[in-house]
Amino acid sequence: MFGLRRFKILLLGDRNADRVVPPSGFTAQLTLFSAGAMGFLAIFALALSLASGRLASQWGNELARTATIRIVAPLDQRAAQTAAALKLLETTPGVTAARALTDAEQQALLAPWFGRDLQLDTLPVPRLIEITTEQHGFDPIGVRLRLTAEVPGAVLDDHSRWRAPLIAAAKRLRLLGWGSALLISTALAAMVTMAANAALAANAQVIQVLRLVGATDRYIAQAFVRRFTLRAIFGSFVGVCFGLLAIWLIPSGEGAPGFLTGIGFQGAGWMVPLLLPFISGIVALIATAFAARRALRTIS
Amino acid sequence: MLGANVIELKNVAYSYGGGELLSDISVKLAPGSFHFLTGPSGAGKTTFLKLCYGALLPTAGHVRVFGSDLHGLERDDIALIRRKIGVVHQDVQFLDHLPVTDNIALPLTVSGRHEEAVGSDLKDLIAWVGLTARAAALPLELSGGERQRAALARAVIMSPDVVMADEPTGNVDWDMSQRLLTLLVELNRMGKTVLIATHDLSLIRAAKAQVQARVLRISNRRIQLAGADL
Repeated sequence: MFGLRRFKILLLGDRNADRVVPPSGFTAQLTLFSAGAMGFLAIFALALSLASGRLASQWGNELARTATIRIVAPLDQRAAQTAAALKLLETTPGVTAARALTDAEQQALLAPWFGRDLQLDTLPVPRLIEITTEQHGFDPIGVRLRLTAEVPGAVLDDHSRWRAPLIAAAKRLRLLGWGSALLISTALAAMVTMAANAALAANAQVIQVLRLVGATDRYIAQAFVRRFTLRAIFGSFVGVCFGLLAIWLIPSGEGAPGFLTGIGFQGAGWMVPLLLPFISGIVALIATAFAARRALRTIS
Repeated sequence: MLGANVIELKNVAYSYGGGELLSDISVKLAPGSFHFLTGPSGAGKTTFLKLCYGALLPTAGHVRVFGSDLHGLERDDIALIRRKIGVVHQDVQFLDHLPVTDNIALPLTVSGRHEEAVGSDLKDLIAWVGLTARAAALPLELSGGERQRAALARAVIMSPDVVMADEPTGNVDWDMSQRLLTLLVELNRMGKTVLIATHDLSLIRAAKAQVQARVLRISNRRIQLAGADL
């Protein structure tokens, strides 16, 4: 559709060709504002999407690599059953480490609910065994069967029950983010198309003059396309800058893990905001090219 | 066959709004010829010119320009052919945001030859139409006669083979119309084919004193060759 020469002209410009189209009024502001607003919104949609992706990935890794066994047994049997469970885990394929939590660790876990002065010895609190597995995990069904036979007070929790729905939700959220970005691009295309149509209609006489002196429709369209593309790139750049500033102002949460405090860009994710103005430019280029082609067919 | 004609209309008809404006028109314009097209207002003179330079396509028949049948061409191909035809319109149209010089150079600009528009040829052309002092003015600041002369300069800047003018003297006084006529006759003497649509019979008579001109008259939707009554 666009040869190398035309692409070069589009980027570097043709001052003389630019001048044949008069400076336009409200369509310029409309395009700039639309591209800016869409760039701003796209930053949030993409930041949300990328944060959801990171969260889903993090939860997925944790799900795959950890599990817990609760020893729910009378106090006099608890130590023996804990030892039996640990022994069983030593011979379980896929388990890289297993250890019983100390009283202090269990007390710390319960502290938010029962306070720091809790006497674990006086309560039937189950003993917890933390299991770390290889990347591909272990066979939870097999382990459960063995535990039933050898450690009747043990209950295996492989975390999938409560983490799987969270991962699914995070993945849906990521999809929603990308879907929003797509909708934003479509809305930008619609706004640019409307602005381009208005500019072409307002310049019908200019187009007639250009045709009278031998201008091809390709030449006329290019003058409009270039103008709208550059406006979209500039507007989007400004919107992206404001969007990044707003994300930067979101409180970090002092390192605490959390979804809302994790919204932002990391690593290669920073490429996304850098690419947004150019994506807006491409959207504007395609939208204006189609609008110009259609409008030039109707202007006699 | 086209032969040596620059423009040839064969059995051309043009309908607009359900009515036929022109019917069974057959005309040949030879290179270097000088033609007037006359007829009452609304007879279809402007439509005839537009058919000749491809702004309109006939509803029947064929228009061949420089050997190419316009019916078989894309719009951009017609635009390229139009660069060889200079047109002065009845209601002269300019780009109002550009000064006269840039408007005159517009055909060069749109055909990617803008660098030629900064040379002495452009200055000579502007001097030829007597607009040197008004070169930096905007079109809206020009008088009717100045606009017509600027339009004529724009029409010939590409050194076209054919120059067409639609009522070029419609908005100017007698002196100015004579001056424009002199410029058009000069162009014809340079070998250009000239076609002027006008209802001003005095202009035709004045031209016939200077150049061998053929007069075509549109009457009842058809073309007739006007005779000694002019």
